[in-house]
Amino acid sequence: MTIVTIQPQEVQTERPVAPQSISKVALIGNPNSGKSSLFNQLTGLNQKVGNFPGVTVDKKTGYCQLSPTHKVQIIDLPGTYSLYPKSLDERVIIDLLYDPESRHFPDLVVVTADASNLKRNLLLYTQLADLKIPTVLALNMVDVAEQEGIKIDVPALHRELGVPIIPMNARKGIGVAALKIIMSQQLEAPKTRFYDIPEALKPAVQSIRSQFNLKNDYQALHYAHQCKSLKFLSEGDKAWLESLLSTLDFHSNAQQADEIIARYARINTLLLDVMRVERVDKDEKFSNRLDQVLTHKVFGYLIFFIILFLIFQAIFAWASYPMELIDVGITGLNGLIQQSFDGPLVDLLTEGIIAGLGGVLVFVPQIAILFAFIAILEETGYMARVTFMMDRIMRKFGLNGKSIVPLISGVACAVPAIMSARTIENWKDRMITIFVTPLMSCSARIPVYTILIALVVPEKYYFGFMNLQGLVLMALYLIGFLAAIFSALLLKTILKARERSYFIMEFPVYKMPRWKNVGITIVEKCKAFVFEAGKVIVAISVILWVLASYGPGDNFEQARQQAIAEAKVKNLTPQQTENKIASYQLESSYAGLIGHTIEPAIRPLGYDWKIGIALLTSFAAREVFVGTISTIYSIGEEENVSTIKEKLLSEKDANGDPFFTPARGFSLMIFYLFAMQCVSTLAIVRRETKSWTWPLAQLLYMSGLAYVMAFITYHIFK
Amino acid sequence: MRKKVDERKGQKSVRDLKIGERGVICCLNDPEMGLKLLEMGCIPGTEVKLNSRAPLGDPITIIVNDYTLSLRLDEAQTILLKP
Repeated sequence: MTIVTIQPQEVQTERPVAPQSISKVALIGNPNSGKSSLFNQLTGLNQKVGNFPGVTVDKKTGYCQLSPTHKVQIIDLPGTYSLYPKSLDERVIIDLLYDPESRHFPDLVVVTADASNLKRNLLLYTQLADLKIPTVLALNMVDVAEQEGIKIDVPALHRELGVPIIPMNARKGIGVAALKIIMSQQLEAPKTRFYDIPEALKPAVQSIRSQFNLKNDYQALHYAHQCKSLKFLSEGDKAWLESLLSTLDFHSNAQQADEIIARYARINTLLLDVMRVERVDKDEKFSNRLDQVLTHKVFGYLIFFIILFLIFQAIFAWASYPMELIDVGITGLNGLIQQSFDGPLVDLLTEGIIAGLGGVLVFVPQIAILFAFIAILEETGYMARVTFMMDRIMRKFGLNGKSIVPLISGVACAVPAIMSARTIENWKDRMITIFVTPLMSCSARIPVYTILIALVVPEKYYFGFMNLQGLVLMALYLIGFLAAIFSALLLKTILKARERSYFIMEFPVYKMPRWKNVGITIVEKCKAFVFEAGKVIVAISVILWVLASYGPGDNFEQARQQAIAEAKVKNLTPQQTENKIASYQLESSYAGLIGHTIEPAIRPLGYDWKIGIALLTSFAAREVFVGTISTIYSIGEEENVSTIKEKLLSEKDANGDPFFTPARGFSLMIFYLFAMQCVSTLAIVRRETKSWTWPLAQLLYMSGLAYVMAFITYHIFK
Repeated sequence: MRKKVDERKGQKSVRDLKIGERGVICCLNDPEMGLKLLEMGCIPGTEVKLNSRAPLGDPITIIVNDYTLSLRLDEAQTILLKP
């Protein structure tokens, strides 16, 4: 098959060229038809993720230079099989295409179609053609089609469809140049009509057309089908439509079914002259053979768990090097600034803003690594198999086969994990997954667990190899997992579904990943995190820093004098004196005040105001617990776990008994297990759900659960 | 909905196919889900083949119009086959 077949009649130069203003091109096509590859080819890294107004669907736009003087805006629309929306994502498409007044209304639609699956892909095309919007058909994956023995007569298809057709291979970029040339022409709307509206509906369609001043009948028919959900219609318009339809015998579902069947019949006849299939069956057989191993009862799960283990290892181990580098870099930068300048603003800059920024950047390696893996799993088609294997189990808990990746990744870090829940199409399943993922014990809880376990669990061995401390740590992870699963179950009953949960999905053929797409995914996810969640994280970090570094009135100076006086009496070394000052100052800071204020509330859990301060500062990130505890008990920052442990063990309560009893230790562990103490997670949940309701609900639910559970734990062990 | 399924108890659906077995779609008995299936190419008169089952028996994959489609058993049950 020739690759570049620009039909001569389309390239006539005397045609008027599109005006030099920025025109809009919408990309639309079936899922897996190579739409995002084409979008990446056309726009490169020049893309922007925004919002469609009012919905939680990302709007990807980018610019493409068609010629040195002609630039167009490309809008990537969610993948869909037809113009009748089945999910919230797909609804975006009709809101865009049916409202010619919208400023997003496209001047041209590029439909991507998978040549190896042409029949099903043409359904969407015929619907778009009937809307009479200028259209180009990007016939993608012609190479795959040829391998499968499918021969497509492009000139014949062009005659049948009446629009320019560009055979291409978007993965390799073949055909993109030809597509750009065609896109720069002034194109006309397709003339062929593919579906004739039934006679019985014609009067109604005519009155809708004149009422809304529409250009064609098919659009009017869609107004009838979607009368309740078209966002741009006023209430009066909707009522008018409904009263019109109530006079008719109009059954939307049956009418849509008739239309789809009629369209398929039309496509079947059309393709008789266009497509010849000489079955080679090679690729499908290869995919099927691979599936017999990859979805096998035993090997399937085994391979999946090995892959998960690898991802987990990567996030844990590989990411630790760049994370350390970021940490060292931030500390170094802070040291440099503090050495060179002095004053309260410098402290705000270094310990507040730059430290907060460091807290954002430190997540980037984990996000990049997780999304490298997820993009590869998606690109190769393996993710569909994972969903397929896990669906039955996860469905029982109100989750989805695809929830397994966010849940497991949550053990490393909830932030990238929640971002990965994007792959779940169903709204309810996705919200439940996002909601319960932070209950999985993430890596930030490890330092807290480690120090508390060392404090209250004796180093005992059972059967010579089972370490009691290890068992407790494992139990904590298990409790987190159970909490996630049962919270999901609870939410399943509370939350109302916005759409029916389907599992009807195309099982893609295995493919090699497109590295460019993987790279773009990584960059896009890191950017989204840094720029959107980062703002909230830095802001909260600065607030917490102010709370911990300033106190009302001259409290701070008094605390300093008192510490120095006591140090003199006790004859402490300069280092110990510094530690004492830091401890006294923290106590008299606003954070210390809050710690004292909330003490009555946390006393039932066995905590005092010192732990109260730690709980407050842990809100920025859980691992801050160790640092705060060190400061408040004037231990100093550079001490290691065993000295911290000794110091804490010598801490006495009011009666002179050891303060850190097993009851207090376990109560704290349980509190940290359940509580939502991570600004980054809250910020990312807000970004992903595009509302404050979800992060706030999470904060209340998890912290409430933490309180109750810690209370119970404290009283069991007391 | 369930009642409807019971009424047609005698009729075979995609759910009842064995792996590798083929059948021809007769009709879809869940109007709303039917639309989704129609869009995916499960048109009455089309041949389907049960391709595989997930390790726990549900969901399944079928081959229709030369591509592989995965669906849950509850969904497969709504695709009735010609006797």
